[in-house]
Amino acid sequence: MKILVCLKQTFDTEAKINLDSNGKIERKGVSMIMNPYDEFAVEEALRIKEKGEGEVTVISVGGQQTQDALRQALAMGADKAVLVDAGDMELDEFSTATILAKVISGMEYDIILGGFRAIDDGSAQVAGRVAEILNIPVVNVVTKLEIDGGKALATREIEGGSEVVEVSLPAVVTAQKGLNEPRYPSMKGIMKAKKKPMQKMALADAGLDESQIAPKTKAISFSLPEARQAGKIIPGEAAEAASELAKLLREEAKVI
Amino acid sequence: MAKGIWVFAEQLGGQIKKVSFELLSEGRKAADQLGEELCAVLVGKDVTGLAESLGEYSADKVYVVDSDALENYTTDGYTNVVADLIKQYEPSAFLLGCTVTGRDLAAQVAQRLQTGLMTDCTAMEIADGQLVFTRPLYAGKVFVKAACPEARPVMATIRPNTFAAVANPKSAEVVKVDANAGDIRQVIKDIVRQVSERPELTEADIIVSGGRGMKGPENFGILEELADVLGAAVGASRAAVDAGWVSHSFQVGQTGKTVSPVLYIACGISGAIQHLAGMSSAKCIVAINKDEEANIFKVADYGIVGDLFEVVPILKEELKKVLA
Repeated sequence: MKILVCLKQTFDTEAKINLDSNGKIERKGVSMIMNPYDEFAVEEALRIKEKGEGEVTVISVGGQQTQDALRQALAMGADKAVLVDAGDMELDEFSTATILAKVISGMEYDIILGGFRAIDDGSAQVAGRVAEILNIPVVNVVTKLEIDGGKALATREIEGGSEVVEVSLPAVVTAQKGLNEPRYPSMKGIMKAKKKPMQKMALADAGLDESQIAPKTKAISFSLPEARQAGKIIPGEAAEAASELAKLLREEAKVI
Repeated sequence: MAKGIWVFAEQLGGQIKKVSFELLSEGRKAADQLGEELCAVLVGKDVTGLAESLGEYSADKVYVVDSDALENYTTDGYTNVVADLIKQYEPSAFLLGCTVTGRDLAAQVAQRLQTGLMTDCTAMEIADGQLVFTRPLYAGKVFVKAACPEARPVMATIRPNTFAAVANPKSAEVVKVDANAGDIRQVIKDIVRQVSERPELTEADIIVSGGRGMKGPENFGILEELADVLGAAVGASRAAVDAGWVSHSFQVGQTGKTVSPVLYIACGISGAIQHLAGMSSAKCIVAINKDEEANIFKVADYGIVGDLFEVVPILKEELKKVLA
């Protein structure tokens, strides 16, 4: 079983966002993590591998720093990593999916996993686009996955419930929280990871030129939300305060 | 020449989702400014009868694909018919609600049509003759305005509750389209719907949320009771989810759902930055917490420093009186 995991390195969830002098998101000094939803995907890949025979390859599009996220996956137990460095080019989801699909199309795979969204852009579309380019089915927002006899049986979140979807492999499956509990890399895992193969590619190595991955969308400007101001603390004992709050919500805030 | 603002009319069990009416209402303004038609796309089984309701929310035209094969949403089935329709009629924009289904469908359709997609948008405007969308990044820690300058259609998913649904009855032209759902590779084996009277978190006007201060799963009952009085959804912070007290589907925050209700009542929630990112676009925030130093009070419009186990039940009774 050849298992691929697409993962993304993102800002730590604790990060405060600032804009630089060009009005763009300041990246300096921000600690980076593996996108938490992709951690579920890596964990699931390892569990599939551990049930039988298999090989887990993690793949990411990003700068050299992205190696840290890939190494983390290797330390968790993935076998190989591929990093595609697109240099300074601005990428959108179309660009990233095009790059991933191109690289993946030259690899062997039975299943491709990824987080259902990234916590930075929250766009939840790269994995689906990769499936579309590779012409394989996708099942999104999955909280349970069973692989058996060339098929994947996936439980996915739908509005107001869940559904069980079966697809033939190869397929793309995206992970939602609840799928599993990602393991922490062990010290042994971390040591081993240093020796595991990390293939680094530039766009040209992947057989892509810039025109093929030119983004479809364009960012015009960034802005920070207006800081919320602390409001009123309603004084008094519980009964008094609760009564006052009910009144304020009705008469002052007019929200009920 | 691409023309027409299209809205995906998402329906479930014979009911159009409110977000679709919201998109039509806002789409009307954009269509009028750009001098284009406003069309809805309605897909499913036995859905033709719903077309009229889309006219009530400003649609000039409703394309209906009604087929047994489209009874349940499947990624392939819906992508095949929607992408074919778009190829045939070449609209300039295609808007969907940022729902589980809207998000799933939008990604596939955008890629098949080789176009751009802006997701989870919270505003739409016309600037320099093109649609410009605002969307939150990092669950609302920063916003970006973005456009799709060349590829068509421009695609966006819009967060529910972003626009008001305004009735503006027209008699929409209904165009029945005989489309082939094609090869559907996702085989639905089972569907389980939790019967809940509560609104979806992402669509709720009011959310009552609990955090670490709830102390245990058994105590969420008091939040449910408060939610019942308000017709609210129940949410939770990551701390409550990670403790296993409630399912992750309740989680509000950067690794959960981003919500934008009119009223958010945070009970026993300290206000970690990840949680604030997911809820700080609420119109009004109420915090109930024992710890007067809790971060949540820095963003709350109204705060009560006190024991939620005392305050919440009394608040419930007081709200009942006010709402009576």
